[in-house]
Amino acid sequence: MEFSYEVEGGNFAKAGNAASGVKKVLKQLNVDPKIIKRIVVALYEGEVNVVAHAYKGNVLVDIDTNRIYIKIVDEGPGIPDIDLAMQVGYSTASAMVREMGFGAGMGLPNMKRNADIIDITSKVGEGTVVELTTKLTS
Amino acid sequence: MASSFKIRKIAELLDARVVCGEQFVDNEINYAFASDLMSDVLTLESEQLVLITGLTNMQTVRTAEMADINCVVFVRGKKVTPEMIEVADENNTVLIECQYSMFRTIGVLFESGVNPIY
Repeated sequence: MEFSYEVEGGNFAKAGNAASGVKKVLKQLNVDPKIIKRIVVALYEGEVNVVAHAYKGNVLVDIDTNRIYIKIVDEGPGIPDIDLAMQVGYSTASAMVREMGFGAGMGLPNMKRNADIIDITSKVGEGTVVELTTKLTS
Repeated sequence: MASSFKIRKIAELLDARVVCGEQFVDNEINYAFASDLMSDVLTLESEQLVLITGLTNMQTVRTAEMADINCVVFVRGKKVTPEMIEVADENNTVLIECQYSMFRTIGVLFESGVNPIY
């Protein structure tokens, strides 16, 4: 099964739409709630990152019987130093993002913690691609 | 051993108003966590948790949805918006508006025996 969701940069009202949709699908597939939580928390953090930092983005979700693959692609400023961005507490988020309850430099590390495999590629001035793969059975 | 509290009891202790999810007030919670930073909430692994926060926006309700939190108490007299109620309804989340400060809210619940996560 494949699904696709648009994410608007700056639009916090819609952050979480993709994660919410994916959660409903995984529940219908009777995936263990603990695994569902890991997947949707990682995706939600990813959506918030796109809203907080990029101009626009797209979430592609591919689910098969064994695993879920999520690709978050954005057009945005990109990440100059991915190792630095992975450090807990490092953030370039604006005051607006902080008012929304985020921007503490925890997003990418939390995504890593909640995915089996995470791949991040980024080009400064173009955008970022985050790929998350997680097994659906423990 | 964690003691559990019905959501109804939490609302009573705080003299607070349930604004969404009235039909779930007999569900039980085991722990409480207080934060205005949703990133911290998204790192928790506990279940049957009440979130106490002063952050009143869609992200609070979305965070509750993703983190399997079934009850949120909004402190300092913050008002829940119709959009928040819509999403909370969809996810069977109980939303409670409380006039107390966060400090007082936490104090009352802690003294009554509600458990911290850590």
